[in-house]
Amino acid sequence: MRRIYFDHSATTPVRPEVTEAMCSFLKDRFGNPTSLHYFGRQARKALEEAREKVAGAIGAGPGEIVFASGGTESDNMAIHGVAYSNKNRGNHIITSAVEHHAVLNTVKALGKEGFTITILPVDKYGMVSVDDVAAAVTDKTILITIMHANNEVGTIMPIREIGELARSRGIIFHTDAVQSFGKIPVDVNELGVDLMSLSAHKIYGPMGVGALYIRKGTRWRQSLFHGGAQERLRRAGTENTPGIIAFGVAAELAKSNLEKEGAYLRGLRDRLIKEVTEKIGHVRLTGHPVQRLPNHASFTFEFIEGESMLLSLDMKGIAASSGSACTSGSLEPSHVLLAMGIPHEVAHGSIRITLGIDNRPEDIDYFMETMPPIVERLRAMSPLDQETEYAMNSDCAACKVSGTCSRV
Amino acid sequence: MYSEKVMDHFENPRNVGEIPEADGVGQVGNPSCGDIMKIYLKIKEGVIEDVKFKTFGCGAAIATSSMVTEMVKGKTVEEAMKISNKQVAEALDGLPPKKMHCSNLAADALHAAIEDYRSKKMKD
Repeated sequence: MRRIYFDHSATTPVRPEVTEAMCSFLKDRFGNPTSLHYFGRQARKALEEAREKVAGAIGAGPGEIVFASGGTESDNMAIHGVAYSNKNRGNHIITSAVEHHAVLNTVKALGKEGFTITILPVDKYGMVSVDDVAAAVTDKTILITIMHANNEVGTIMPIREIGELARSRGIIFHTDAVQSFGKIPVDVNELGVDLMSLSAHKIYGPMGVGALYIRKGTRWRQSLFHGGAQERLRRAGTENTPGIIAFGVAAELAKSNLEKEGAYLRGLRDRLIKEVTEKIGHVRLTGHPVQRLPNHASFTFEFIEGESMLLSLDMKGIAASSGSACTSGSLEPSHVLLAMGIPHEVAHGSIRITLGIDNRPEDIDYFMETMPPIVERLRAMSPLDQETEYAMNSDCAACKVSGTCSRV
Repeated sequence: MYSEKVMDHFENPRNVGEIPEADGVGQVGNPSCGDIMKIYLKIKEGVIEDVKFKTFGCGAAIATSSMVTEMVKGKTVEEAMKISNKQVAEALDGLPPKKMHCSNLAADALHAAIEDYRSKKMKD
């Protein structure tokens, strides 16, 4: 069967150059980079080259990169590390309602430990307002953590403006750039961030490896693992050297192909959005129409549920994802869509299509042949009143705060 | 993660639709939870002659709705009242654990339709 992969925000296939670099390490240079002998030195050399490549891809110095197991660990490291080492200066942390759970749940856990937390609302596009960040800052604020681009709706946040604000108020600023890295320019100095989380498997690298950028001089200390002195005491545990070498190659390729691939994906995505919204009724684009990742298209299809759409697509060989409750593993649909003021019943019908460099224009054609009959079939089965126009809550000021709107 | 039977009922659901002038109609669930099932019954002399369903929900919700309609056709109302959500899930060779609570409501919808039939009959 024809198989089309449209879930590149979940993970990406590994580029052949990356696989090759990783395999060659596994075969020939298997040493532990901490070892003094020849085998160790070979591994150390490859590891430090990879560090330079990752650093180079985001405009950082190699000494500012700490390798970790992925985006989640990097987020935890960043947030815990700043919170614990700045306790004497304050206890207030600012984040947003649409962060990845790796950030949101880490901040909430610190809230239970006695830190004061502010979870900022977003607008109907999933965008955090710089004014809201400014208004939330107190003299106790020690950390602002706002993602660069949202994984579910693709909205790109005003990170540079928030970075300027954070710097002017002397507050440490972390961004989770797992989704934006490799898709749009990500430069730590342009963006003015102090810490940044990265992941390899979203940029055509392998799973199980990521990095935390820590700007030189940032008040941060390692607080997750007790162990050895790896990564200059910043992350204990033998380095995932094959993964890191692969990450280095993936980062280098992501940077050198950024413009070309971005333009290609943007073209495919714009066509997909146009055709879906024109050819299928009761569909909305979720996320910002312009300030969005070049490979990202996300929709809600009213009156039908996301998982049943995913299953139907999968039977036709198309792999996508959804923010419905059934796919989140809880009874609640996506926290991101709810925070944007999208009603529960509409949020259940969300579908995310995230394109990658392996996708071809014919894949969009195939999707447009396949999707309308699926929607039609499921709508014919739906007991919902399909004359209903769902009211979006985005005009309601209170809805800007997730979960507190009296109209929900 | 779904059994072959679930996938079969999802792909080829039995008895989809509505019955005009149904003797009993039952609806359970809530769109905000992500599942709504609506069952229509045609009943003659205490026997379920025809049954149709409409469902908003995930694969499990559609498959359980379809299965329950197959299970009750030709049964007496009393027999139909004894069918449980658990039996529906078993008839589908089981459901993933997390689906047992959220999407396994088809027997409840059936029972609601029978209650509707009974309350209408009381009024006659």
